[in-house]
Amino acid sequence: MEARGSVKGKHSQHPVVLYALSTCGWCRKTRRFLESQHVAFDYVYVDLLQGNEREEVITQVRRWNPGSSFPTIVVDDRAVIVGYREDELTEALDL
Amino acid sequence: MSGDVTVSAEEVAALRERLDREAEAFGYHLNPSREFTLELTEGLLINERRYGYRACPCRLATGDKEKDLDIVCPCDYRDADLAEWGACYCALYVSDQVLSGELRVRPIPERRPPEGRRQRESPDRVPTRSGHEPSLPVWRCRICGYLCAREAPPGVCPICKAKRERFGRFW
Repeated sequence: MEARGSVKGKHSQHPVVLYALSTCGWCRKTRRFLESQHVAFDYVYVDLLQGNEREEVITQVRRWNPGSSFPTIVVDDRAVIVGYREDELTEALDL
Repeated sequence: MSGDVTVSAEEVAALRERLDREAEAFGYHLNPSREFTLELTEGLLINERRYGYRACPCRLATGDKEKDLDIVCPCDYRDADLAEWGACYCALYVSDQVLSGELRVRPIPERRPPEGRRQRESPDRVPTRSGHEPSLPVWRCRICGYLCAREAPPGVCPICKAKRERFGRFW
């Protein structure tokens, strides 16, 4: 599993970043949901990062979600969805 | 499998069976979705390889066991989350209501206080009025709440089998 990557999809009008843990069941469900809806998104598995890069990403996540819990999904560089919330993702992504 | 470390499907299945047996023996239940619990068990084993302890697969561990002791599975927050939401944070453990189908497992809010607001030093200790101290220290299991009055906490909690390190001074 790569620490960072992009998934292509036909729903690409909203930039989506998924901050996740590679070991987390809810993060996995969130990723599967996005994939099943053909959403284009970037992902970062924070637990697979090391050193400074990890600290920088944790700081980014904390800015969006002070509790820095996972998954944290950022849509349009503006809307934040914390946790596996199909209904909120559906609304934010116009699915 | 998860980038940096790998664990075998046999190891994952064996640990899941053990967790299931222990849960049932001590009055807890694993999530009825076998697939979901296998994924979480894999996460526990990966964290054990990575960090040396079974940190919650749905929380970011630091690699410092002292700092993460509250999220070593079963975490300090499991029982409160089972009571309030019917499942623990990662949903490895569920309540009777979930098992019987009365309640559905949903993602739940994080109960763990954010970094900086976590107190590991005797967080459970109740204030005492002078002259009212018990004759022995009272220890509390942070996992299940078991209390005992003795010179030192037991090696293993007789109720939930948590290790001595999970006890805090209560009184």
